[in-house]
Amino acid sequence: MSLYYLQKLLYQLNRDPRLQQQFFADKASVLAAYKLDDQEVEAVEKPDIGMLYILGVNGQILMHYAAMCGYAWPEYIQAMRDALAVHGNVRAGLYVTTDGKGAV
Amino acid sequence: MSLVFAGVCSHGPGITGRRAMAASDDADSLYAAMDGMRQALEASRPDALVVIAAEHFANFFMDNMPAYCIGMGEEYEGPIENPQWLGIQRTQVPGAPDLSRRIIEHTLQEVDVAYAQEWKFDHGIMVPLHFLTPRYDLPVIPVNINCQGPPITPLHRAWAFGKALRKACDAVRERIAIVGTGGISHWPATPDSGKINEPWDRDFLQRWASNDRSRLLAYTDEQTYFEAGQGGFEIRTFIAVSGATEGCTATVHYYRPIPIFAVGCTVGIVSLEGQI
Repeated sequence: MSLYYLQKLLYQLNRDPRLQQQFFADKASVLAAYKLDDQEVEAVEKPDIGMLYILGVNGQILMHYAAMCGYAWPEYIQAMRDALAVHGNVRAGLYVTTDGKGAV
Repeated sequence: MSLVFAGVCSHGPGITGRRAMAASDDADSLYAAMDGMRQALEASRPDALVVIAAEHFANFFMDNMPAYCIGMGEEYEGPIENPQWLGIQRTQVPGAPDLSRRIIEHTLQEVDVAYAQEWKFDHGIMVPLHFLTPRYDLPVIPVNINCQGPPITPLHRAWAFGKALRKACDAVRERIAIVGTGGISHWPATPDSGKINEPWDRDFLQRWASNDRSRLLAYTDEQTYFEAGQGGFEIRTFIAVSGATEGCTATVHYYRPIPIFAVGCTVGIVSLEGQI
């Protein structure tokens, strides 16, 4: 797991339009700069918003990447709910302590 | 001069970005309450507005996360988010660098803060400004309390920060307004977005309105997380306002849980009579 770098990539994408342009033109060239494992790379490239949530990406970072990838708000919420049903608990980060549901 | 206005309000991005998805009475009543806050703010004739916010990884990340940061820029740009997503057009917001510097210098006498001459406003500041300074003509001094990436500042330090900020406001000649903005209970941007613990919120707001220091500082982060969600960490912004207005009661002018806005929407104003 390299949640720190996964979140850093999305944080920098969210705030840098030029990096966004480069990313959507050539994802590999951007991803190469971050220490990500294969599962993380796949989830970002696809994009698999639900899996990114399961991997522990903070929603305050993830919701902007989802919007950047064309997810409407209800689709974004549903993607995380679907991923919880398929994959189970969130595996790292702030939400892991609530049994993967982000709430009591 | 001194503090001429203090209040709190919500800042959820859905308030502007998902307005069309809300029941009209929910949106209309909240918007009216925010406009009432604007009128009260304008009536106080501030020279600058200090916004105590809890930004969401727009400027600060876990590579160098300040517990507290005060802006010192000449101007700021926002929103950093997609303007269509947020429902607020991107604009320039004037800063007050000289005033910021003096406030930072005074605040540093009491507590340690970082400062930033660059700052891109996210919804945490832009949503309040959209309602409170819709012409973006009032200089703004942004303040951030890290409420997103633990470890986060203890509640008693948020109170102490507010007190220090108040002393700084008292030490400058300008008329200063402070608005704290955060959620109370909420689980923003998660599968539980829309969940709101209304009893918890109302109890917190009673503590806030009565400026009850001991009860405001009695929460543990573990308790807050489980009862009020990770968004509940943002009570630090309200507590800082309470610290800045120690001894003053406040009025909660609006509270309504609005799930599509993902938060119990709140407008509160502190009674500063006798202190100005």
